[in-house]
Amino acid sequence: MKQKPNQKYLEFVSATTPKTKEKRTLLHAFFVGGAICCLGQFLRYMLQYLCGLTGDKLAGSVSVVLIFLGSLLTGLGVYDRIGKFSGGGSIVPITGFANSVVSPAMEFKSEGYVYGVAAKMFVIAGPIIVYGVFSSVIVGLLYYIAYLF
Amino acid sequence: MGRGTVYFKSAPRIIATYAVGGPKESEGPLGKLLHQRLADDKFGEKTFEKAERKMLSYAIDHAVLSAGMGFDGIDAVLSGDLLNQIVSASFAAREFDVPFIGLYSACSTMSESLSLGACLIDGGYMDTVVCATGSHFASAERQYRFPLELGCTRPPCAQWTVTGAGATVLSKKGDGPKITMATFGRVIDFGITDVNNMGAAMAPAAADTLYRHFRETDSGPEDYDYIVTGDLGAYGSNLMDGLMKDKGYVISDRHMDCGKMVYHPAETEFQGGSGAGCSAITLNTYFYRELLKRPIKMIFMATGALLSTTTSQQGESIPAISHLIVIDSRRGQAKCR
Repeated sequence: MKQKPNQKYLEFVSATTPKTKEKRTLLHAFFVGGAICCLGQFLRYMLQYLCGLTGDKLAGSVSVVLIFLGSLLTGLGVYDRIGKFSGGGSIVPITGFANSVVSPAMEFKSEGYVYGVAAKMFVIAGPIIVYGVFSSVIVGLLYYIAYLF
Repeated sequence: MGRGTVYFKSAPRIIATYAVGGPKESEGPLGKLLHQRLADDKFGEKTFEKAERKMLSYAIDHAVLSAGMGFDGIDAVLSGDLLNQIVSASFAAREFDVPFIGLYSACSTMSESLSLGACLIDGGYMDTVVCATGSHFASAERQYRFPLELGCTRPPCAQWTVTGAGATVLSKKGDGPKITMATFGRVIDFGITDVNNMGAAMAPAAADTLYRHFRETDSGPEDYDYIVTGDLGAYGSNLMDGLMKDKGYVISDRHMDCGKMVYHPAETEFQGGSGAGCSAITLNTYFYRELLKRPIKMIFMATGALLSTTTSQQGESIPAISHLIVIDSRRGQAKCR
């Protein structure tokens, strides 16, 4: 006899399952995410006025430094603690992207450098890359079409 | 006796137990009761998987030693774990020259192995067996969830997989708490799809087995000193109590859950412990001691969620199961009660 979902039970569980304290977690995410963005802005000013970088080089360098910091903190075992506290605040910025690549690379080292580190490195970040590139193609197409008019 | 309930006429005895726990478990409420506390969650090995199988073989080895026997006195090892292809159990069994019976019922493996071990002994096929299982937080995260260093959060209904292994030596001969009955579980799926809410997924299976047990043995909560579930967690235990109450049985005053007992209540562990090792280390330390200290009759029913990462990614709900055994340390008890 095939079991059907028990609606009454599911509704009860839905209503009573301990929920995330959203007010608190949103605040944490806001402040940590904001702090990371402020850090990025600070780096931009430093690179612009102290190193004289401009345009694409400047934007690229800021990203590189942030990615480096994200990777370093992941390697040191600190980033996951930040993440536990801030949730989306540390996942969304580019530092989170670095964390999502470095953490599986570290984890799967035991399966070797080919099937472990290299193959599993993008297990979390893969969708970001795929859909990011895909969206940029769409946007590019729309831009092109709009430009024709 | 009924559909799925078996009565063991010869009442196989628990003659020895052994439990190994990781660093977090050693700091928990059961820490002092663990036979072996690990300071290093890799147990001196290179990978977490190697550590998991080392904990399991260590527990099995020392359980046999504390029974005062060698492996030539053991007829079989019944064991399983949470990893794909139950590699921890199989690779651990490599260390022993004993027939190996591999089992899987997720976190219900401890009670599944004890039920089947008792059947083998009571049926007259074997004299002494070792029933064991374990789990490891890191290897479970690797297989089921996310890389350890990933900065993601856990919701409040989540549980923490226990790093630990427990082994029980069951025998026809000798003295010790007796396994008098077993009720095998049915796979129950109420439609929960949230992999972070295992308590809600497993509670219906536990309620089903317990209800069937009461009906088939014509007994009730008042006949048992403790009704112990494996890892429903705080929320899952409340759900089970509610489901049993709907069926006419009040168990909340004697219902204990290994998941709630293995860690101090703290925010990071949320609902408490889970994993095959959770019920294994709790039974083989705390409850074994209780059974030896005073004459009690208890139900031990570990609970397991039978999903895989593939089924949850494909949007399937989570079926669960709970196998039940009755352990009795009273002397001169009447039959069937």
